[in-house]
Amino acid sequence: MDTTQYLDVFIDESTEHLEELYKQLLELEKNPEDKKIIDEIFRAAHTLKGMSATMGYTDVANLTHKLENIFDGIRYDKIAVQSDMIDILFEAVDQLNAIVEDIGNGGDGKRDVSHIVIYLDKIEKGEKEIINDKANENGSSETFNTLETVKSLDQFEISILKESSERGFFNYEISVHLSEDCLLKGARVFMVFEVLEKLGEVIKSEPSVNELEEENFENSFTMLLVSQFEEEEIQSKIMKVSEIEKVNVNHFSIDTYTQEQKNKESAMEIREEKELPEKNKDEGKSTGKSTLSKTIRVNIDRLDVLMNLFEELVIDRGRLEQISLELDNNDLQETVERMTRVSGDLQNIILTMRMVPIDQVFNRFPRMIRQIARDLNKIVEIDIIGAETELDRTVIDEVGDPLVHLIRNAMDHGIELPQERKAKGKPEKGTITLEAYHSGNHVFIEISDDGAGINKQKVLEKAITNQVISSAHAETLSDQQIYDLIMESGFSTADAISDLSGRGVGLDVVKNTIESLGGGITIDATVDKGSKFSIQLPLTLSIMSVLLVELQNEKYAVPLSSIIETSIIHKDRIMYAHNKSVIDFRGKVVPLAYLSEIFTVPQTNKEDQEYLSVVIVRKGDKMAGLVVDSLIGQQEVVLKSLGDYLSNTFAISGATILGDGEVALIIDSNALIK
Amino acid sequence: MNNETIVDRKVIIFQLNDEEYAVSVQQVGSIERIQPITRVPQTADFVKGVINLRGVVTPIIDLRIRFGLKETEFTESSRIIIVYLDEMEVGLIVDAANDVIDIPEDTIEPAPEVIGSVDVDYIDGVAKLDNRLLILLNLRKVLTKEEINELKSVEG
Repeated sequence: MDTTQYLDVFIDESTEHLEELYKQLLELEKNPEDKKIIDEIFRAAHTLKGMSATMGYTDVANLTHKLENIFDGIRYDKIAVQSDMIDILFEAVDQLNAIVEDIGNGGDGKRDVSHIVIYLDKIEKGEKEIINDKANENGSSETFNTLETVKSLDQFEISILKESSERGFFNYEISVHLSEDCLLKGARVFMVFEVLEKLGEVIKSEPSVNELEEENFENSFTMLLVSQFEEEEIQSKIMKVSEIEKVNVNHFSIDTYTQEQKNKESAMEIREEKELPEKNKDEGKSTGKSTLSKTIRVNIDRLDVLMNLFEELVIDRGRLEQISLELDNNDLQETVERMTRVSGDLQNIILTMRMVPIDQVFNRFPRMIRQIARDLNKIVEIDIIGAETELDRTVIDEVGDPLVHLIRNAMDHGIELPQERKAKGKPEKGTITLEAYHSGNHVFIEISDDGAGINKQKVLEKAITNQVISSAHAETLSDQQIYDLIMESGFSTADAISDLSGRGVGLDVVKNTIESLGGGITIDATVDKGSKFSIQLPLTLSIMSVLLVELQNEKYAVPLSSIIETSIIHKDRIMYAHNKSVIDFRGKVVPLAYLSEIFTVPQTNKEDQEYLSVVIVRKGDKMAGLVVDSLIGQQEVVLKSLGDYLSNTFAISGATILGDGEVALIIDSNALIK
Repeated sequence: MNNETIVDRKVIIFQLNDEEYAVSVQQVGSIERIQPITRVPQTADFVKGVINLRGVVTPIIDLRIRFGLKETEFTESSRIIIVYLDEMEVGLIVDAANDVIDIPEDTIEPAPEVIGSVDVDYIDGVAKLDNRLLILLNLRKVLTKEEINELKSVEG
């Protein structure tokens, strides 16, 4: 079967199920008794097995099959959950993940999983006796059969059975096993039914008659028969049909059945009641899953195309507005206004369509933390708040790696070893809190730990030895500035280099990535209380607020996120330091950058102006004043790339199309500040 | 290319300084009239800037300057040929673009050494068709990225 067209779906869904497995396994480690979790795991493993078998990835199917067996065992209390067992299960899921990744990268999905299979087998067979017991139960126990094979009876069936037993008929439950090599199962079924019809009346069969006729069953089926005959007689008559291996005829009591049914229902109710409060405690994670309304998968490229088309519409709308103003026709103006409103709504919808919950990034952290904590011999718990916070997909894609880095950093340098923590009078278990929330046009992500905090003295010493700053300079720094030092390149405070962090190429990369996304990062810390890294990110990268400025006849856009303020200054206030013009801006010396000169704008009007329009921009702590000819105003624009051909243009981060259809360049003020 | 049977190469013909150049039809997206161009600072002379091509910001090169010819005012017949190369989309300003023809492969000859004064590596060959001499462009060489960015960093 050609499965390539389903490959993407397979990989997407497998990844989802694997994530679910990870998540539930973590939960299971915390609450080994919770049957609900087991059910979830079982379900995920089962789906994965089915999918991979269909796609022909036998290794995945085999491995998931083993997992399924184990969880089936746990589900029926045949296997007890133990910590070392969970490790093996994690390992198995890791292997599955690796295979799926391999498939995603075009591999054939083959992997040597034999060692893990042996472990899994051990877990499974560790409780062999009970599994055997289960097999016996299947064969003999009456009640088991009743409940398991004939699952439900409707009101009508129950009343018939009741009536018949009152009239002195016998109710039998008959299960028939056909022999393995039976070729015409449908025909045998028909013959069995023919025999039974002569003996009495078949009330119900499991699977249904239709399914039986279509041979939609394994090798056995079960019926409820109302008859006057003795069970031995029925049995022997059925056995006369050839290719039948075994026939079990049992008395079936309708009273017992209804009683059991009732018990079961009430038991379920009790269970549900019990579980409800527990479920609520689960940080609302599981509720998020269940409230998912109807969704469809849409290729992100299509959304991008939609967005592009919409942007064109916005540009045309701008033109229409202009034309309707010029024509001054009432009807036209009304129509254009309506269109403006509708397209505004449309813009909101399209933008929210591209938003995805940050959970997509967060959900891999619990597992990562578990692993790292093990490697470092630390006890760490993660607390995730606001995982449902939504961000534009483009931001989500970029923000993962910086967060991983910060968490590793917090695990490695922040959280202390259990004995150290004890000595400091803190609980042995460290906590890392990951919080995301919206505020204005930004999303904030905060990573805080209750670890050692930041040792300012150590930071300063290190910064001086690594020549990040001079010792004279060091004394003038504020706390905030000292913390910021750890994000300078070539800085690392770890005493020993570890695999995790401490290569000194960590936090500066984080900082750069965040800043390139138009965001910022700040650090706050208290010694022995912990530290907090706050990341501020724009909601979306494709639409940004800019300040439009004019240089002679050219229009440029400066991202609002980097602007501190704009001011108009008299040229007498310009001072010269070493031949560079600077101004005194709120007590700080700020260098001026004449954009017209930097961008070599053709001079059309030469007259010297008395007053200068200056846009004060910042990059971290440093500031610069961009001198422009005039300020036009603030506007929301759609960020476009200049294309591959002009990818490295100095101080230009992209372009945007203005309402009149012209292109304005977006200034990358970070490049202008050294 | 030698072992190909005689196939025609469909090309778009454009004029530059009274000479005729040819680019393969497959590489051309569209031919546009001159429209407002936004200058991009700190780039090579021949990069005229960018235009808004139906919502896509597209870089524009003035082929005259790229080929070391004299820069002239745009005229009514001036056109922008939008070409595609790999993932790039670039517009080329030419004096005129007015013809699509088939060039039989066997009329194509390698670029004569004497044609270019200096080392012109962006010419694939020359085709003689009736009385016309067509210069076949190698777009990959024309659009080489090495010469685009004249980076200058400015003290802030």
